Amino acid sequence: MSDIVLSRPVPVTTEPPLIRSLLIGLALTFVALFLFAPLVTVFVEALKQGWAGALDALRMPDAQAAIRMTLTIAAIAVPINAIFGIAAAWAITKFDFRGKAFLITLIDLPFAVSPVVAGLMLVLLFGANSTLGGWLIANDMPIVFAFPGIIMATLFVTFPFVARELIPVMIEQGRAEEEAALTLGASGWRTFFTVTLPNIRWALLYGVLLCNARAMGEFGAVAVVSGKIRGETATMPTMVEMFYNEYLAVAAFTLAAVLAMLALLTLLLKSLLEWRHADLLAATRRH
Amino acid sequence: MRAGILRSPSPLPGFGLSFGIMMTVLSIVVLLPIGALLGRGLMIGPGELWDMVNSRRIWSALALSFRAALIASLFNLVFGLLLAWVLVRYRFWARRFIDAAVDLPFALPTAVAGIALTALYAPNGVFGQALAPLGINVAYTELGIWVALVFIGLPFVVRTVQPVIEELETDVEEVSATLGARRIYTLRRVILPTLTPALLTGFALALARSVGEYGSVIFIAGNIPNLTEIAPLLIVIRLEEYNYDAAAAIGIAMLVISFAMLLVINAIQTWSRRRIGHA
Repeated sequence: MSDIVLSRPVPVTTEPPLIRSLLIGLALTFVALFLFAPLVTVFVEALKQGWAGALDALRMPDAQAAIRMTLTIAAIAVPINAIFGIAAAWAITKFDFRGKAFLITLIDLPFAVSPVVAGLMLVLLFGANSTLGGWLIANDMPIVFAFPGIIMATLFVTFPFVARELIPVMIEQGRAEEEAALTLGASGWRTFFTVTLPNIRWALLYGVLLCNARAMGEFGAVAVVSGKIRGETATMPTMVEMFYNEYLAVAAFTLAAVLAMLALLTLLLKSLLEWRHADLLAATRRH
Repeated sequence: MRAGILRSPSPLPGFGLSFGIMMTVLSIVVLLPIGALLGRGLMIGPGELWDMVNSRRIWSALALSFRAALIASLFNLVFGLLLAWVLVRYRFWARRFIDAAVDLPFALPTAVAGIALTALYAPNGVFGQALAPLGINVAYTELGIWVALVFIGLPFVVRTVQPVIEELETDVEEVSATLGARRIYTLRRVILPTLTPALLTGFALALARSVGEYGSVIFIAGNIPNLTEIAPLLIVIRLEEYNYDAAAAIGIAMLVISFAMLLVINAIQTWSRRRIGHA
């Protein structure tokens, strides 16, 4: 056999090197044109008048009010979503009852609804021309074109994030550990805090991270419900639109750049979680 | 709900509390608003609803929303598969970085994406200037809507196909090669059928998201009635006119068409699963 000269074997489970380079090149070009170019544009446009211009834009009262608004929304909506997500995951994974699959479909439903339609639903429910809305306004508790409406809209569009991250993880982890803790005499709450919570903490953080990004960035639903009142109900994304429509490009892109940095931070933390704790996340790649 | 024939007994506590919290939040945040829309539809009545939707401007908007979403999702089907394949199977510089960047459209607020794409493709933008000599106008045309929806939908396809490629066993490919199949034949007849269900799921997710997309589209679309005005924008316009019934009619039409589309995709999925004989 030794006198037969064999060329270097080409593995049969991959493509020829030329094709491979071609495909990689194509993929990189696509990512550069469709993902990176828009991202870079945000920062380039924000700095068109230098750092001073960008900083001036951030000092505008409308911009500052919008930033405060967005932070407040996230601070309220994300914890509610997390509590709902934990409760839903506990009820769905620790007990057997009829209609569970249907319930999971209902929880996922908001992802299939256009944000604008979500906003429309809230206007129909709580708007001035509905019975409930009329009563609420008469009693000085307006929801549409006011702060509670924005919270409702944010809760709707972020609804499934935490629950759908926790449910697969908790199904996989089973009930044996909790049952053991109870047998050993731990109370229900103690079991939850010392057994369940440590098991799901990374998955919970992952869900909260995605929920927070969407809560701060939601545009369509919030635009419909909030009425976009400057200094009152305008959020960062809706303020971006208003600045942009008033040809205040630097202000619009500066606020957009702040949101983009937030998005990059989210991606960074998300990637760190995926690399470090892949085994504790629900099929790491799913959304 | 604590004790009922609907629930099998479990030694774990907290069913009443967790189920109660879940149902309360679900009802207030999701079910009541959806009920309000459907209830408004019932009050208006099917005949009236049809009359309200049956205008050239609304049909154009609905057709545009669904056509553009379909085209962008098909584009993402091809490039999403390419990206997923390259990210899983090849090793190259900055692979992990690119992998993380695929989720950018999930993390970047849609309004930010919208003004950035508009700045890029506007006649005086970097891409706009490059494409103008070729006679291609992207901003303020339907092409611009496609570009925005490609941006929005890409991660859905990549992230549903990627894990399936990761789990592919290479020995099937080796067998195929041993039996004399050329690589392209193996890819087409062995690998692609295995990926089909995931591809369809990714396609459906991207489509569902693109149909209702608003923030990234309205800046680049130009919003000319009958030409580049998407259905969600028309809802916003009707709401701004306080014409709630007309807005509800368009919203219901969108829900019905989306639902029908997802049913069709589901049917194709079931069919392809049965044909391939595995999940």
